[in-house]
Amino acid sequence: MKPRVLLIATAALFAPGIALAQSNPADQQVKRGEYIVTTAGCHDCHTPLMMGPEGPAPDMKRALSGHPEEMKITAPATTTPPWMGAFSPTLTAWSGPWGVSFSANLTPDPETGVLRDFSEQQFIQTMRTGRHLGQGRQILPPMPWQVYGKLTDEDLKAVYAYLRQITPIKNKVPDPIPPAK
Amino acid sequence: MVFALLGFAAPVAVIAQTPAASAPQNLQDTGLYADFRTLQVDPRHLVFTPQYPLWSDGALKRRWISLPAGGVIDGSDPDAWVFPVGTRFWKEFSFGGQRIETRYLERQADGEWLYAAYTWSADGREATLTSQKGRRNAFQLAAGRSHTIPGVNDCKACHQGVRSEILGFSTLQLSRDRDPDAPHAEPRSLPDVDLNYLVEKGLLAGLPQPLVKTPPRIIAASATERAALGYMHGNCGHCHNDQGPLKNLGLFLRQIPADRMQPAVTTTVGHPVRKPAPGQSPEAALRIDPRHPQRSALLERMASRYPPLQMPPLGTELADQDAVALLQRWISDLDASPAESNPQPKVHHQ
Repeated sequence: MKPRVLLIATAALFAPGIALAQSNPADQQVKRGEYIVTTAGCHDCHTPLMMGPEGPAPDMKRALSGHPEEMKITAPATTTPPWMGAFSPTLTAWSGPWGVSFSANLTPDPETGVLRDFSEQQFIQTMRTGRHLGQGRQILPPMPWQVYGKLTDEDLKAVYAYLRQITPIKNKVPDPIPPAK
Repeated sequence: MVFALLGFAAPVAVIAQTPAASAPQNLQDTGLYADFRTLQVDPRHLVFTPQYPLWSDGALKRRWISLPAGGVIDGSDPDAWVFPVGTRFWKEFSFGGQRIETRYLERQADGEWLYAAYTWSADGREATLTSQKGRRNAFQLAAGRSHTIPGVNDCKACHQGVRSEILGFSTLQLSRDRDPDAPHAEPRSLPDVDLNYLVEKGLLAGLPQPLVKTPPRIIAASATERAALGYMHGNCGHCHNDQGPLKNLGLFLRQIPADRMQPAVTTTVGHPVRKPAPGQSPEAALRIDPRHPQRSALLERMASRYPPLQMPPLGTELADQDAVALLQRWISDLDASPAESNPQPKVHHQ
């Protein structure tokens, strides 16, 4: 076989593989999910802010792991009119008429990740209904599920696929605190 | 096996991104009434009363079904009846003698169910379509709570937990062998629309003969247990079953006529809580702790109305004290090792 013929044959052998890797549907879905999570503001509340030389910035070592468990909050904030709410410096705890809500750990940690019991279908239902597992307790403000519930099934599946393969971070987010009586 | 195959062929629905169809703006345009001015219901509609009614904070409820001309319900899968296109259901809710809302379901040409709720005016002269988001403060209940007319997604959250999407019109709910101890049991309707009536009138076809010959009933160790399991079937089983979106929780409270085992016992009694809900007592480590109702997580959640903890999580603002008392009696009487001593068949139809 002449070298030129060999080169062509080799290229023919590898080209489909390269094309396949580029168009792998699972990879594309994860990429799409990453794009949505990054641009739709998920990090704003689910990745804690930390103070740096240029002001508060997301602590990406804790990406999407929710309210840090070591930051203890025991009661709703006290506010006076016209103010009705407050938030923690990490932007992961929110106090308002509903009590205190804490942003969830979205990483696939098997012990503390909120999605550990969620199927893909339940994740979609949750975004559509604003209810835990799609049928349970209401998700508290300020989670804008009404917005994300308008995403297509394909986009929500992509978000789910992305969240299931990010780095797991063990962080037990506290339960919500009821409003003061 | 046939039922298992049907289960794969007809999975539960997923709430769609956008609603497919819209309902009439006024209740009268759904066809419930022969004369809306006098509120005379069309006599062709059938009144029915499920034997294990859903608790709705003490609301008085009336229910009707209308089948299209010549339409027949396919009951060959007793756990998931198939209703003909054009089937309509109505459920009217009254508090203190005042009509508050009427819910409406209609099977569309594409097989999907149309969901709607109508809000009655204070003078009871009009009932108009409620927003898709529902309506809060529709009626003042006790303890500062108020009745909420559910939004369409909340309706679907429960109804789409089962394949037929219809909850109170089913094999067990319409059995002639009614449970006399069912909490909040309602008087039978006239004509008595039960399984046998539907079969005799040719409105229900394909129901397995054993269920026609011997009306199904929950077989339980006692009358109290029968009523407790029936209550959970009617109030919890539409979400907590082995086919719907929550099946991975492994909590199966729905009674299935073809099933000879009793998962409503085996998945609760002595069964550890997998993930405590916010506000749950640390002592409630088991779903049902035999002989110890105060340590039973299932009962704690039924008795609570703290939103993150309460069960059911929607459709009710006040705990059902009669049902709480019933489950307390059942749990207090339970044998300590029921999973070994009580693997009984669930619904009798031999």
